[in-house]
Amino acid sequence: MAPTTLGKALNMGLRKAMEDDPKVLIMGEDVGKLGGVFRITDGLQKDFGEDRVIDTPLAESGIIGTAIGLALRGYRPVCEIQFDGFVWPGYDQIVAQLAKMHYRSQGRLRLPVVVRIPFGGGIGAVEHHSESPEAYFAHTPGLRVVACSNPVDSYFMIQQAIATDDPVIFFEPKRRYYEKGELDTSITPEPMFQARTVRPGTDLTLVAYGPMVKVALEAASAAEAEGRSLEVIDLRSLSPLDSDTVVASVRRTGRAVIVHEASTTLGIGAELAARVTEECFYSLESPVLRVGGFDTPYPPAKVEEEWLPDLDRVLDAVDRSFGF
Amino acid sequence: MTTESSGDLATGEPAGASVPLVQLLAPDGERVEHPDYEFDGTDEDIRGFYRDLVLTRRVDAEGVALQRQGELGIWASLLGQEAAQVGSGRAMRPQDYAFPTYREHGVAICRGVDPVRLLGLFRGADQGSWDAEKHNFHLYTIVIGAQTLHATGYAMGIQRDGAVGDDDGAAVMAYFGDGATSQGDVNEAFIWASVMNAPVVFFCQNNQWAISVPLERQTRIPIYQRAAGFGFPGVRVDGNDVLASYAVTKAALDNARTGNGPTLIEAYTYRMGAHTTTDDPTRYRVAAELDEWKAKDPVSRLRTYLERNDGAADEAFFAAVEVEADELATRIRRETQEMPSPEPTSFFDHVYVEDTPRLTRDREAYAAYLESFYADAAAVGGH
Repeated sequence: MAPTTLGKALNMGLRKAMEDDPKVLIMGEDVGKLGGVFRITDGLQKDFGEDRVIDTPLAESGIIGTAIGLALRGYRPVCEIQFDGFVWPGYDQIVAQLAKMHYRSQGRLRLPVVVRIPFGGGIGAVEHHSESPEAYFAHTPGLRVVACSNPVDSYFMIQQAIATDDPVIFFEPKRRYYEKGELDTSITPEPMFQARTVRPGTDLTLVAYGPMVKVALEAASAAEAEGRSLEVIDLRSLSPLDSDTVVASVRRTGRAVIVHEASTTLGIGAELAARVTEECFYSLESPVLRVGGFDTPYPPAKVEEEWLPDLDRVLDAVDRSFGF
Repeated sequence: MTTESSGDLATGEPAGASVPLVQLLAPDGERVEHPDYEFDGTDEDIRGFYRDLVLTRRVDAEGVALQRQGELGIWASLLGQEAAQVGSGRAMRPQDYAFPTYREHGVAICRGVDPVRLLGLFRGADQGSWDAEKHNFHLYTIVIGAQTLHATGYAMGIQRDGAVGDDDGAAVMAYFGDGATSQGDVNEAFIWASVMNAPVVFFCQNNQWAISVPLERQTRIPIYQRAAGFGFPGVRVDGNDVLASYAVTKAALDNARTGNGPTLIEAYTYRMGAHTTTDDPTRYRVAAELDEWKAKDPVSRLRTYLERNDGAADEAFFAAVEVEADELATRIRRETQEMPSPEPTSFFDHVYVEDTPRLTRDREAYAAYLESFYADAAAVGGH
């Protein structure tokens, strides 16, 4: 057990998956010699060769489209999309082809393709480098969508995603790549498509995923000082969305606040709020509230900290929930 | 500025007619020589091609008729493109794999797919029900050009399996049309295949029309010449000549399987029918064009050749093929009419390899909802 960054944990998880299964391939822009712009695939091409860690031409539709063909031939490609805002040229292949092929073949064809996407803001980047496009994918039947938030999950979830026979869109919180946590690789991981209660509490359920889990935990600590016990849930899986865990919590706490960086309208929070309202109507003490990015394009970096949900905006929503 | 700006920049000709194409059987049924390609098959092979052409055309005619009778929602006719499809389809070996558009009925037949299976998609009974991996013939792809990337990726898999590099190697056929050459995916597939040296043959059936839009809106140079810009060979073949389509494809597949990379084949042909049964070509093209191409018909051309060469085929042969086509048409008609519609709750199946809890719940809830109508109906009926 050692302190490990989230990015290094992903690298270790990818390495383990490649060691365990010779059919696992990595493909994307700059993933080979460079090890990816975030170094998540660092050293893998050196150890597994250019046939298994493929520096691709610079074209995202081509990355996803050829990954589909490789999967049909029996491989398990792991595609890296360099930044969230660059996934759109590959969106057609993901949504129209990758998501539907198992379905339209009546289950005959399997597409075990993982698409890794560093997502979210807070890194002072230029436009197209800080977006949170997860809802577009979670809206698409046939895709599984997950987001990791810490080194332990990163190490295990990337391996679980690769072992999944369905396509998985794997969101990585890029602003957390360099944050450390204790990583014990010998433990047995939990199933991937389940939310996890990361901090128990009794008064309000605070739901987050990816980069916002840390903010939610900080908010819970701050609220404790004010005598409020917040339960924090890390969703982990956005599709399928494990609303059962959230519903069970809200039935106890009576209040819910959902936090994500993505624009609020029609985001993951909207779906979750609808489900919680449907299933917890008589338990709710106040409306389900959402704290998200505003309904604007992602702003210039000098004002992104104002745009992104942060500790104060989360606590403000918690206050509003209790004040209702 | 003129709108007549299409065509070959070097010659000023339209992107087509004047460019030499590989031809081994002329429209008048005469065999012709070509310096680079020859048909190495026997008369028996040619009779087999003739049978394939006739059966393919009959399947297609049946598709159109069944749509007119309301048995299919839509049908995409291949009329006129039989030779390009049968020639290329028969050039494939068992280990080769094809990625079709939605119009490759002739290739499907060559790959052993029961033609009835093709009609299910157009009837709305399924979205492709044949076993792609059994026939090495992928499901139809409707988004234009998307399958060329799948084909290229599959070819990269063949490379990684070590199944390329000698005469027994495997290769992939990527089918698409002239309109698709404007798609980004097709151009990306060209780039990928080129830099990866992937064993894939790009087989473009240039049927001159993308629904209503003519070739000159897609390209100013002949399509096969684009390959040069991507760094691999391109060749134009007479797509209405089954012998040339076979020979050119066989050579390209052999190049690919032995590790010599991709080829772009432009099969120069003509969509004699409508784009689909919902289309009306009289709105955008003149009848004289169709008459011109009727004189180059791929089926009658081969029949003329067989009739003219003593011993190649006799009347009994032609009669037997007609009987077989009639029987196939009858079976297609019957089995299409009898094709069951799927159960409503089946649309919950196979979204994922394993159901999500919510899908299971939704399926059960919807089944109960449907059941409630039967219960109500039974109660009403009981009075």
